[in-house]
Formats: sequence, structure tokens, C-alpha cells
Amino acid sequence: MKVVADFSKCTGLGICESLAPAFFEIDDSGDLVLLREEFTEDERQTIEDSVSGCPTEALRIER
Amino acid sequence: MTVSSLVVVGASLAGLRAVEAARKTGFEGRITLIGAEEHLPYDRPPLSKAFLYPDGGEPLEAPFFRSEETLADELGVELLLGTRATALDTERRSVTVGDREVGYDALVIATGGTLRTLPGTAHLAGVHGLRTLDDSIAVRRALDAGARTVVVGAGFIGSEVAAGATKEGVDVTIVEALPTPLVRAAGTAMGEAIAGLHARNGTRLMCGVGVESIEGDSDGTVERVVLTDGTILPADLVIVGIGVDPATGWLGGSGLTIDNGIVCDETLWTGVPGVYAAGDVASWINPMFETRQRMENWTAAAEQGAAAARNALDPANAEPYATVPYFWSDWYGVRIQFVGIPEADEVVVVDGDPATDDRWIALYRRGDRLVGALTMNGQTEIMKYRVQIMRRGSWVDALRFAAERRDRRVAV
Repeated sequence: MKVVADFSKCTGLGICESLAPAFFEIDDSGDLVLLREEFTEDERQTIEDSVSGCPTEALRIER
Repeated sequence: MTVSSLVVVGASLAGLRAVEAARKTGFEGRITLIGAEEHLPYDRPPLSKAFLYPDGGEPLEAPFFRSEETLADELGVELLLGTRATALDTERRSVTVGDREVGYDALVIATGGTLRTLPGTAHLAGVHGLRTLDDSIAVRRALDAGARTVVVGAGFIGSEVAAGATKEGVDVTIVEALPTPLVRAAGTAMGEAIAGLHARNGTRLMCGVGVESIEGDSDGTVERVVLTDGTILPADLVIVGIGVDPATGWLGGSGLTIDNGIVCDETLWTGVPGVYAAGDVASWINPMFETRQRMENWTAAAEQGAAAARNALDPANAEPYATVPYFWSDWYGVRIQFVGIPEADEVVVVDGDPATDDRWIALYRRGDRLVGALTMNGQTEIMKYRVQIMRRGSWVDALRFAAERRDRRVAV
């Protein structure tokens, strides 16, 4: 499974970074950097929380 | 009891998330979503930002979350939109909507807030609040007419509207009754620091002066705002942004405890069987800070909606909802972000100078713990502090981390 970002929707609000800092970071210019894409079953909940926590619906999970 | 029907009152973000979370847990019973507005659920943050001030001026589509087909077919929700709930009978487990009685086994109340208004202005054209899609459309239309604008209230909504208006070249003045804006959101010192953005960007902000009256012409169109110090501000458009009251008026006699919102426990339970609350209307105990809070922000509405539904459907296994609050606001191209709580023993600016810079960071200490962080254009910093606050990080560690980040930035 991997997490996919739609950078045209993302506005760098950063909720994903606070929930899953190993996967997401907002850089100095306010843009999202995907640090990792593939995730394990153990990491699924935090990724799902990041997806549902995104105010611009910029994240989704690809199986 | 087995729950076979879920009713959600309030069809905004928290209500929508309640519905979606219920289906995600596998709930197959009847779901009814009741909303006072005619519109399908839509997203509110853009209403004072991109939807009100679209880039390039081209109108944007209304920020609806889901299509009617998605709600009705995929989520299997019965939509009751355009009629508000007027009563709750917790004995008979029934909500009154128009002339209908809608029975429930589990109920999530997410009725949000009602805009505060200035007395004596209801009859005046050109006086608007800003909470709904219709409000935003009306304000946009007035701005297009080149209105001389007065914003009453220097909170986040009023400030976003004023910042956008200034950027468009509209003549705008903000009037704030309190000596310092944003105190409840960010504390006194930082409220003043944030508000400094207005002066630096050429928007007039008058603090510590109230509105005496708002006067209109013989047609009932607003003409001027008279302040308590005698100042007269000519106005074609008045935006009133003086906050909201939790929408609990319909709950009289329901047996729910109302005190600045619906009083809930850690699990968003009201204490009445089957009844939970979420979003702006819910006052709950946040285990993260062991304190009672009522949030008015996107993240809390989304998360509480989902949590309240899960708990309402399975009360025996109800889980506490804990969060480090987060809100953001965009003014003059500056992103303001806050995480945590502003009630602090000490606030320290750890990077930048609020008086001159558009990029700075302040940290909030309570006891020996980091409890809050505020950044201007600190998108790469803010969530690192949210993580520390979630982990109940210490003040000393936060200061050390801030110094390292500052040194790293300067070195780059």
C-alpha cells in the first residue's frame, strides 16, 4: 500500500506531518514533501488518519 | 441495546464526518442527516479565503464536500436539508424536524454555532455576517460593487475578510471593542503581535472602541457606522465578525446540560443515553490538557464528528477524544498557525521579530510543559511542535529544539 498526494490540492496545512512525521514534512516554502510512500499494515491507521485529517482532501491511499 | 438507527443533526463538516465514520465502522442501519441549510454539506474555511477572494478573480465553485449521489447512494444517507431541527425528546428518542418526528437509537448533535449580531441591524441591507455559503456569496457581491467597508470584530474571520479586501484595493476599516484582538485565541501579547499585520499592510484597525449604532438611509441601506467615541465611518458594507454562540437554542427542555455548548464527557457523551455531540456545539473534556474546551476549528469538527459517531454506535467501548487543537488563518499572504492552548504561564518568541518580520515563532509554557506554539509563515516548524505537545514534551526540550532549528535556518 502506498500514500499518494495530489499536490495541486495541498496547501501545506501540515496536519499529516503532525500525525505521521515519518511520511510527511512541510518544507520552508510551505510545500508538502513526501518522505516515504509505501507503508505497512502497522502504519495503516496513522496514514488513514492523515488522509481523513487533510482539510483539502489532497491525500489518498493506493493499494 | 442494538443500534439500528443513527440520526445526525447538523449537516456541516462534523455531521458529514459522523455519517462517513458510521459507515466506515460497518454500520448498516438507517442514517438520517438533518441540516438547517438547503445546501449539501460544504467546507467553511474557503468562505473567507479562496472562495471569497479567488485567485485571478474567476469565481470558484462552491466547496461542496460530496455529491448528493455519494451521500444518498454510496453512504445510504437520508438527507433532510433545508429544515432545522426544533426539538429533542430524549425520553421518546425523537428529533422534531418541521412536522416530522425522526426516531433514533443513536444521535449525534453537530449543530455548530449561530453568528452573533449587532442589535438594531437586522433590517439594514449591507450588513452581513460570514458563516454560510450564502453569506460569502452576498459579501462577494457587495465587494464587487466597490463598497466602503467596515469590519466589526478583529477576530480571524473579520481579519481574513479585511486582509482580502485591502489586497483588492477596497477601503476597509476594522473596529474591535477590546483593547487587544485575538486574546482568546492566542493570548494578549501574541494577539497584539498578530494584529500588527494589519497596520503593516495598510488596513486601519481601531481597538478599544465599540459600535454605538449602525445607521441606514430611508431605504434601509447601511450608510455609516457610529462608534462609541463619536467617530463616524461611512460604509456601504459592514461585516460583523463578533463570534458565534453554540447553536443549542432548540434543545430547551431536552434534559441535556447546556453551558457554553452541550456539556459532554471525554467521549463526547452528553450523559443522556444514546446522545453524543461534536464540533462547535460540543463542550468536552480534552484529556490532552485535562481541561474542558469548546473548539471552533476545522480539525476538531472533523475528528469529533467521527469520534462521536463511533462512540454513539458502540457506547460500551466508547473511547476518549483527545487532541492538540490546531487552527490556521491566512492574511496578506501570511499563514498564521497555532497548535495547543493559549492559556500559558509564559510566552517566548524563539525566532524572528513580530514587530518587523512576517516570519516568526512563539512558544507557550505551562508549568514545565510546552502547551502551545504560534507561527507566522512557519509551515515547516509548526507541526514539529504539535508532535511535541502530543507527546507531552517539556519546555526545556522545546527551547533547545527551537534554538537548533533557528541555528540551522540561519546556517542555510
